[in-house]
Amino acid sequence: MFDSLSDKLGSVLDGLRRRGALKESDVDQAMRDVRLALLEADVALPVVRDFIAQVKERAVGQEVLKSVTPGQMVVKIVHDGLVEMLGGAAPSEDGTPPAPEGLNLLGEPPVAFLMVGLQGSGKTTSTAKIARRLQQRDKKKVLMASLDVYRPAAQEQLKILGEQAEVSTLPIVAGQQPVDIAKRAMQAGRFGGYDVVMLDTAGRLHVDEGLMAEVAAVKTATNPSEVMLVADAMTGQDAVNVADSFNKRVGLTGIMLTRVDGDARGGAALSMRAVTQCPIKLLGVGEKLDELEEFHADRIAGRILGMGDVVSLVEKARETIQEEDAERLAKKIQKGEFDLNDLADQLKQMRKMGGLQGLMGMLPGIGKMKDQMKNANLDEGLLKRQEAIISSMTAKERRNPKVIHASRKQRIANGSGTSVQEVNKLLKQHQTMAKMMKKMGKLGQKGLMRSMGGMMGKGGGLPPGLMPPGGMR
Amino acid sequence: MPSPPVHWRSVLPDMSWFQRIKEGLRKSSSRLASGITDIFTKRKLDAAAVEELEDLLVMADLGPATAAKLAAAISKERFDKEVDPDEIRGALADEVAAILEPVAKPLTTDSGAKPHVVLVAGVNGSGKTTTIGKFAKHLQAEGKTVMLAAGDTFRAAAIEQLKVWGDRTGATVVAKEQGADAAGLAFDAIERARREGVDVLLIDTAGRLHNKSGLMEELKKIVRVIRKMDETAPHDVLLVLDATTGQNAIAQVETFKEMVNVTGLVVTKLDGTAKGGVLVALAERFALPVHAIGVGEQADDLRPFAARDFARGLMGLED
Ligand SMILES: Nc1nc2c(ncn2[C@@H]2O[C@H](COP(=O)(O)OP(=O)(O)OP(=O)(O)O)[C@@H](O)[C@H]2O)c(=O)[nH]1
Ligand SMILES: Nc1nc2c(ncn2[C@@H]2O[C@H](COP(=O)(O)OP(=O)(O)OP(=O)(O)O)[C@@H](O)[C@H]2O)c(=O)[nH]1
Ligand SMILES: [Mg+2]
Ligand SMILES: [Mg+2]
Repeated sequence: MFDSLSDKLGSVLDGLRRRGALKESDVDQAMRDVRLALLEADVALPVVRDFIAQVKERAVGQEVLKSVTPGQMVVKIVHDGLVEMLGGAAPSEDGTPPAPEGLNLLGEPPVAFLMVGLQGSGKTTSTAKIARRLQQRDKKKVLMASLDVYRPAAQEQLKILGEQAEVSTLPIVAGQQPVDIAKRAMQAGRFGGYDVVMLDTAGRLHVDEGLMAEVAAVKTATNPSEVMLVADAMTGQDAVNVADSFNKRVGLTGIMLTRVDGDARGGAALSMRAVTQCPIKLLGVGEKLDELEEFHADRIAGRILGMGDVVSLVEKARETIQEEDAERLAKKIQKGEFDLNDLADQLKQMRKMGGLQGLMGMLPGIGKMKDQMKNANLDEGLLKRQEAIISSMTAKERRNPKVIHASRKQRIANGSGTSVQEVNKLLKQHQTMAKMMKKMGKLGQKGLMRSMGGMMGKGGGLPPGLMPPGGMR
Repeated sequence: MPSPPVHWRSVLPDMSWFQRIKEGLRKSSSRLASGITDIFTKRKLDAAAVEELEDLLVMADLGPATAAKLAAAISKERFDKEVDPDEIRGALADEVAAILEPVAKPLTTDSGAKPHVVLVAGVNGSGKTTTIGKFAKHLQAEGKTVMLAAGDTFRAAAIEQLKVWGDRTGATVVAKEQGADAAGLAFDAIERARREGVDVLLIDTAGRLHNKSGLMEELKKIVRVIRKMDETAPHDVLLVLDATTGQNAIAQVETFKEMVNVTGLVVTKLDGTAKGGVLVALAERFALPVHAIGVGEQADDLRPFAARDFARGLMGLED
């Protein structure tokens, strides 16, 4: 097992550096690691196989860009392939993924939404989440009804959730059977002037013919505009069987993935998308009713690969960094000559890439990191102020910060509209970085990543903007 | 001569990538459906056959590493020889059974403590509450008196759900209102179980994902409070796993074990098509007893974990 596919591929493909196009034998080797990563992420084997075959076809013969490593290049190809497959469409030219597909509300009101899935996948909770959002955000009048006559207190559960979300629920009539409840719900929906009737169903196994027939009958009786498969993001290889059976037997229009707040890599998303061709429409990211998110193919792709949105990081870095700058910097670093001019360059580049917040958002472990950044007050304003401090220095000071004593500090602070304290902070920061950069000559890129990670808190990493593209040798 | 850097979409003009995936998928699933018998009918055990064997294990959720290891082990002596499909399947099942045998241990509740306290934990929706209902019935059939504690004070209607199980089994349910402190509830339940001389107290808890440290702390607190009442309790901490879960089960066991010292596992929903193969990796790595499996939603749908049956199930062998 490995943490980062790009690291692993980096070492596999190291020999390829600057050798031009990707060769079949190299790609084959890389694909073994990709296969493993996908399987570790619970992508179903048949899907993995076909995916690998397609990606391989794309990768062989691709020119390796000068500014990325062949490993990064393959990761990018794999990532783009995943995004395309998850989203069912290619990202547009500038790399932005297709917009998430919305819920289908077309039809004569009330339109029915049917929620189906295995036991315990999160149907009832998701029903309430969607209803709440339709009502609060989209100003729809929503009625919820539970057709679960099997699980103890299932109808009661939806009723309580309705009270919490302030969404109406169909009164419970003891003993009534699912199809009849569904019909009653639609009738109540018509009479009550509702826009949407959400039908929560009992959990059922896809191989339970009796219960599958029941839910098919509910579908026939209500003609829903959405039939949503609610599935757990932690699902393993069985995801293909489940999704395929539900799709064939009931006919799905969308998938909702739950427990995305867990740490599963979520390969099931890819399996189910591939086998049903149904869009993943929504994500459940917690137990609370407002913990509902849109699906973004690129995020899930990064997650499946186990590396956050590293690929777009690579891309952004490539756009903003000029090769020459980087080479110059690399040389200086090797000689242990990282001065304040270089720091200023790095700050500027980071700002171009959307600032620290933007960068951190693309790395794994996002949430925590962002909070840390907030606490550390490392915002864009800070980057700008730091640039101002450096630009208030003389050329000599920038090259040799050691000469900056008290009176100079005061002058620089005045000139940049900051304080001596801030000037001190920046100088200290530069010192730490310079020291680390020096070490890096010995450690190589990986070592640096680790020590920087330690500095910035767990899960951290160094934005590639701080690193010459192509890594450091 | 290096090929020019073409954008791949121009390479595949007439068939969308998606279409191709779909087609390939259809082919490979039918290929796999025929399973291992096809792989080995009148065939030498060559590298390709070993790989296909490995694939079969992967599809049962054993995980790529465990699958590779097992496939390699089984083919060591047989490599390049004519193999009979039944023989190889049987041998592989034996191998897996040998790994699982040591963890197949039923739950014993005769610690001598009164009550013997069983804490039931796990991620959301794995089957904790249902498993408690099943155990209640099972233990009563063994002649024990059972009490249930509605320790899930968070999820809507979780208390009502356990109360239904109380009604079904006749076990007393100790409960407070939704939102009450779960540790406090556990405290009260032990006190009451003691007073009433109950043999076994089963404590339900709210589902929680192992990566949520706040919720895991809360679970630890429940254990601390229980321990205050009885140093030897909880006598069992059961982690309930859903058989449809893939490799994430490893992270679940790891964290729950570390946080609340899990003493045994229960695997639910084995009545579906998920094989629960991750159990093999779990047995090797954590060696935690597997006390029972769930094979349905009713009180009777609890079975002892039988290593051999389970292993043969993984290989698609009946009996
Ligand atoms: N962490 C987390 N928990 C969730 C999410 N969605 C649902 N849950 C929890 O998962 C458990 C099961 O959810 P339910 O909504 O009852 O699932 P269900 O599919 O209706 O279950 P059955 O009706 O028994 O088949 C509950 O504990 C929910 O709080 C989610 O996105 N994240
Ligand atoms: N098919 C099948 N369904 C099961 C099994 N065990 C539990 N279930 C079902 O799975 C769903 C969830 O079970 P619960 O017992 O509510 O799960 P839980 O872990 O208590 O859920 P939370 O408290 O919400 O975290 C229910 O619909 C149960 O009927 C089993 O062995 N097989
Ligand atoms: Mg439900
Ligand atoms: Mg429960």
